[in-house]
Amino acid sequence: MQTTILYIGRDAEITIVMERLLNARPEWKGICVCTDEEAVALCETQNLDLVLLGNGINAECEKVLRAKLTALQPGLKIVQHYGGGSGLLYGEIMSALS
Amino acid sequence: MSQFILHKENTRGHANHGWLNAHHSFSFANYYNPERMHFGVLRVLNDDLIDGGMGFGAHPHDNMEIITIPLAGAIAHKDSMGNSAVIKSGEIQVMSAGTGVSHSEFNANADEELNLLQIWLFPNQKNVTPRYDQRTLDVAARHNNFQQILSPSASDDNVWIHQDAWFSLGKFDAGFETEYKIKKAGNGVYAFVINGEVTINGQVLSKRDGLGVWDTDAISFIANSADAEVLLMDVPMELN
Repeated sequence: MQTTILYIGRDAEITIVMERLLNARPEWKGICVCTDEEAVALCETQNLDLVLLGNGINAECEKVLRAKLTALQPGLKIVQHYGGGSGLLYGEIMSALS
Repeated sequence: MSQFILHKENTRGHANHGWLNAHHSFSFANYYNPERMHFGVLRVLNDDLIDGGMGFGAHPHDNMEIITIPLAGAIAHKDSMGNSAVIKSGEIQVMSAGTGVSHSEFNANADEELNLLQIWLFPNQKNVTPRYDQRTLDVAARHNNFQQILSPSASDDNVWIHQDAWFSLGKFDAGFETEYKIKKAGNGVYAFVINGEVTINGQVLSKRDGLGVWDTDAISFIANSADAEVLLMDVPMELN
């Protein structure tokens, strides 16, 4: 059973790296997008286990995103991803899902 | 009443990749310990040994204050901001990853092992413009003294970051006693023993042990050995 994780971040290069990192683990399915519109569209069509908020998302966008995503999937876990790479990723996901 | 948490050297996370022998004071990469996620805004304290010529290829970071302190050897750094530099023992490097930066880090010497501390702090504001700095430290100024090497203020000596944090390095003679006053109310101090043996607030610490102390405005310090060398990280205990 895979854990489906959506990563949202504005930097395209980091987004590509995050997609590779998330999908390197067979137990995770990573989907990575740069825009809030893409994130909301995905949330409308796929069941998500976790959302990681990456770089460049300002406070206002974060507030709107959280509201829209949790309205679509009540109880959806949304956490900040710091660092933009593999260093903190495993710990963040394990903490969020525990 | 002050509180503390003790991290003995042999309880750290450990990953030996051959070219990289890393010890993690807090959860990092595949080392996950829910009891070791952070000390206040201090999220990462890695003690890395890197073989000659080896290192980390280009990789991205964002929204993190990254401090690198070479203890032995030299590191070659290149980043997407156009910086290309070598940082040697006796120097300090800081990078505010902010909206995003890519960098590579390699042992600058082919035939000498590199030992470095890499420290990550959560920033006090997200999505800042990425920045880079490095400074040569006056090593003599830390003899029997906690020499401030990092602060939140650009007008201070040495490096600054986007966080209300102060780092100090000291190298002490056996028997030297002093007190360190915490710089800001609500901050705690994480002491990391680089070399030797010390006693902090009555706790005896050996090489590579860590002690976090909070709910206090000062810590007591005694050097128990002639080569005692300690890094103090004075950091906010509340996450932003």
